[in-house]
Amino acid sequence: MGKINLKPQKPGRRPIADKLFKIGATVAGVYVLVMVALLVFQLVSESYPIWEEEGLSFITSTDWNAVDGRESFGVLPYILGTLVTASLAMLIGVPLSIGIAMFISDAPPKIGGPLGFLVELLAAVPSVIYGLWGLFIFRLYFKDWVEQPLHDLFGDSVFLFSGTPFGLDILTASVILAIMIIPTVSAVSREVMKAVPQQQKEAAYMLGATKWEMFKLAVFPYSKTGLIGASILGLGRAVGETMAVTMLIGNATGIAAVPSSLLKPSQTMSSIIANQFNEASPASLHLPALIGVALVLLLIAIAINIVAHLLVTKMMKVKEGAINN
Amino acid sequence: MTTTSQRRQEYRNLFKQNVEKRLLVDKVVRIIVFACVIIAIIPLGSILVEVFKNGMSALSYEFLTEAPGSIGSGEGGIGPAIQGTLIIIGLSSLIGVPIGVMSGIYLSEYGDNRLARSIRFFNDVFMEFPSIVLGIFAFLMIVLVLGHFSVWAGAFALSLIMFPIIARTTEESLKMVPVTYREAGTALGLKKWVITFRIVISAAKSGMITGILLSVSRIGGETAPLIMTILGSSQFFSSMDVPMDALPLRIWRLSLLPYDSAQLQGWGSALVLIIIILGINLGVRYFFANRKNGILGQLVKKGLHAKN
Repeated sequence: MGKINLKPQKPGRRPIADKLFKIGATVAGVYVLVMVALLVFQLVSESYPIWEEEGLSFITSTDWNAVDGRESFGVLPYILGTLVTASLAMLIGVPLSIGIAMFISDAPPKIGGPLGFLVELLAAVPSVIYGLWGLFIFRLYFKDWVEQPLHDLFGDSVFLFSGTPFGLDILTASVILAIMIIPTVSAVSREVMKAVPQQQKEAAYMLGATKWEMFKLAVFPYSKTGLIGASILGLGRAVGETMAVTMLIGNATGIAAVPSSLLKPSQTMSSIIANQFNEASPASLHLPALIGVALVLLLIAIAINIVAHLLVTKMMKVKEGAINN
Repeated sequence: MTTTSQRRQEYRNLFKQNVEKRLLVDKVVRIIVFACVIIAIIPLGSILVEVFKNGMSALSYEFLTEAPGSIGSGEGGIGPAIQGTLIIIGLSSLIGVPIGVMSGIYLSEYGDNRLARSIRFFNDVFMEFPSIVLGIFAFLMIVLVLGHFSVWAGAFALSLIMFPIIARTTEESLKMVPVTYREAGTALGLKKWVITFRIVISAAKSGMITGILLSVSRIGGETAPLIMTILGSSQFFSSMDVPMDALPLRIWRLSLLPYDSAQLQGWGSALVLIIIILGINLGVRYFFANRKNGILGQLVKKGLHAKN
């Protein structure tokens, strides 16, 4: 048994260990800020040659040629490809996700829990496996059962469905993206719907509302901001997604990649990087061009995510206020 | 008096019609909403069934342990890819876990100021950065500077995906430890770092482990950042300064080849990958969510949401 030391510790010793601890923790916290700054700085400085060479036409022109001597780089088709696939994915995925959130937030926990868990498992499947499944399984069915009929019905009249259905196109990529964003959007929507005060729901029921009317009267108006935030979060996910899209979008380049029909191959910003990065030589303009694409992609993703983040936190703050009152 | 009773009948009919219509709409919406769930689960079922069905026939001892044979021959296996995935997960955890945990400690224990709020915000935004951009960042910082592909670059890129997730889950679980624990520590005259490591963290351990494992399962399936950092290779690991293989990369390369044998090997690799990743995911869920239903169950859910 040692003697219990009742003497006060030397002044100054205690603060030093704790100070070091605090400094260590702060450094780790600040790490993320440093990384963000370094990341933006690196992308800007390494893509500088292409901005110098092409100027704004890097964003607005449509030709893409990496051959020595005839180099010309325009990312407009890829920006359009990204935005079209991501918004289409949102268009398909968001209503489904909100339906799922409605079902799970409303079902008895014994049913809702496992189903919600299964939907969340979709998020655990790696992107490249979505790509593999899309390429070898989904595409074949989708081509025969959805794309071909759409093309036969509307191919001549609506420009959206012209082109030959082959399965490697914008529509297939968007549907896979939609599946991939469902877990995110439905999970956030569910949280947001949970934030609606129980009294409001009960008030709606008391007025004689059916379940659907209760959602319309009490849940949707209250959680509107959060639901929009959740959908935009899904959009952000879809914009940054790489592998599944790369494997399914058909990888056109240059003017051919401009998304003029849903049944045509195209290209997104992330897929052009994945496809060409290893071929690009650092000595030519090709590498700076791809880094420029990454910079544009990052800026778009950051903008989308900040908007989504602000909307969702705003909604959650309302929730805290409601509970405190 | 007859008029009133007629009217009453009329009202009754109107009411009935109204209610019937509303109940019908309600029913239709219920069916649609249920259909949404089914539509979302079908792809999951199909993916799992196809991966298992097609992957099983590729599996064999040689497939799991040997290096790939010549392209298109259908010989050899994915030994280097499995090895590479394990190495890259280990190395990126080595970088990402300490940073993530310390950052989470900062946010929870010292996190009541302006700096911490902005860190929290950027953490959330950083979590949503496209992973391919992080890959390019690692390429510029390490590969371009060294002049050759490097395993460290891949580990660095994946650690960037990892640490914000860990920071977030660590913060959440530390915050759930009651303040009285810390006060008890202070009353014993312990130093702050001792309180944090010995009391707070040991109380919040399972939540943190959950977050770490979920982030591991996330990076295990990442492909995009590996393309420009470790490139892929068909040899077993020999040094940190040469290209290395990883399962997701191997699946991607195999899917690009026009041979049936390559496709089969692709399914086999997908099976191995999905067993690793779903294994971690389900294991974490089962282990921690079932042990205590309240706090930990919630944490597991949060970790999953934060993920993907």
